[in-house]
Amino acid sequence: MKQEVFESRHRDEWYVFEQWLQSLSGSKIIDRPKTGEPFPVLYRKICHHLALARTRQYSAALQERLHNLALEGHQYLYKNRTSMFLSFARFFVRDFPAAMRRHGRYLFWSCLAFFGVGFVTAWVVQVKPEFIYMLMDPTQVARMESMYEPGNEAIGRERGSDSDIMMFGFYIYNNISIGFRTFAGGLVFGIGSLFFLVFNGLVIGGIASHLTAAGMSSTFWPFVSGHSSFELIAIVIFGAVGLAIGRQMIAPGRKTRWGAVADQARDSLPLIYGGTTMLLIAAFVEAFWSSTTWPPNSFKYIVGISLWVLHILYFTLLGRHESRKRHG
Amino acid sequence: MSDRLLDTTYDIATPEGVELRLPVAGFAPRCLAWMIDAIIKYTCLLVASIVANVMGEFGTGLMLLAAFFLLWLYNVLFEVMFNGATPGKKVLGLRVMNVDGTPVGWSGSIIRNLIRFIDVLPGAYLFGMLSIMLSKRMQRLGDLAGDTLVIYQPKQPARGRLNTVSPTPLTLPMSPDEQKAVVSFGERAALLNQDRANELARIIAPLTNDASTDTLRSHAAWIVGRKDEE
Repeated sequence: MKQEVFESRHRDEWYVFEQWLQSLSGSKIIDRPKTGEPFPVLYRKICHHLALARTRQYSAALQERLHNLALEGHQYLYKNRTSMFLSFARFFVRDFPAAMRRHGRYLFWSCLAFFGVGFVTAWVVQVKPEFIYMLMDPTQVARMESMYEPGNEAIGRERGSDSDIMMFGFYIYNNISIGFRTFAGGLVFGIGSLFFLVFNGLVIGGIASHLTAAGMSSTFWPFVSGHSSFELIAIVIFGAVGLAIGRQMIAPGRKTRWGAVADQARDSLPLIYGGTTMLLIAAFVEAFWSSTTWPPNSFKYIVGISLWVLHILYFTLLGRHESRKRHG
Repeated sequence: MSDRLLDTTYDIATPEGVELRLPVAGFAPRCLAWMIDAIIKYTCLLVASIVANVMGEFGTGLMLLAAFFLLWLYNVLFEVMFNGATPGKKVLGLRVMNVDGTPVGWSGSIIRNLIRFIDVLPGAYLFGMLSIMLSKRMQRLGDLAGDTLVIYQPKQPARGRLNTVSPTPLTLPMSPDEQKAVVSFGERAALLNQDRANELARIIAPLTNDASTDTLRSHAAWIVGRKDEE
């Protein structure tokens, strides 16, 4: 069939399809076409015409026009229609805790590297207080002490809301980059992740123990109790993902090394989203709740402990069904 | 065909059995789009900071919060709500899309814009640039993680009409590809100025002694099957 005949035969259908696209895009207020066939039928026809135009070597301009129609139609027909709210809910109720269960082994080792080292360091600093100076400069230690000095109430000073927000931005930048570093360190056969876990364990355990011994528990612990659960668990999660990726680097099994890493990264993606969310919440709590002075310390402890309990309940109770299903 | 090797297109197969060709956009136009967006963002921040200055402490707080949301959510909101294009991309005719050719959604856009903070490392988008150069579909790391790509928004092709000439049968045998080239030229010729059209028409001179624009256009009219209307 000659191009001219082909065009005159189908021109009306293309026109109706164009009307459809315009009405769907909503850029111009146009009613959906009342005449002609429904949208999916027309779309299939356009695809058919495009294939014909290609095999019959019709002119480039005609092919391009049909191609653009097909591409636009494809957009509307195959658009993802799951609502954002629903997929968010599904993620937090099911996918995130289920992914935690899949990574149980790595989470265990990550926990051990971080909390294990942290508690041991805390104990060592209690027994031998000078050990803290093996971990940090005296100037850093002095800065830490001045931050939580009960006398100057530095953390207790009611900051203006502007500096709260400033700290919020700082915490987000700082904490999330710690998380991402811990995760990205997995690419070096997991050594990087292990290093950051142990390093953070040493520093955090050491400082907490040192400040407690130095008599600053009345400012330090109420400050950190609120956001500690979100932040520390998130570090462990990022570490676990890093270890999982490192394991694939070391022992990819029957896959290629990078193929194994890519598969693992895709499987671990929920943990990265979840961990990032937790760090965002931690930054929010740290900036707007931890720095407040009006609640009594006991109240802050209650909030902190409740959040830890809620975390444990969340990860133990949710996602069980899904993880059973995956493993058959 | 050689143009398939030269073009930076990426084909997706649809269930309807045709291939859709997505023209993937490279580093330079994306860089320009980014600059336009950056100018818009910082202009907004500047205006906000002037307003905030008048309002005092409270204003500063609000302004920092606005800065936070502007810098983190600007791209996501525009990409999801306005057909995958931030204002900068719109100016450059670019568009973000899922790898399967569907419009980018919340999850894809959020991932690609969060991972932007890795693409920026270690400075001046070096990781992103390397990733664009090395990946097959010119994706930066955020695109790889979010399964998205940046394409040129297809434009409606301009098309001249062939109804002013009377169709003439071809005087020499031509392969389908060559016939297609003649038709494409015929349709384009009306949009070009006369000199340029003649210049292009002369390319065929070694094959025929009558290589004028009008001759080629009448051949094109014959190939597409136009009937003489006299």
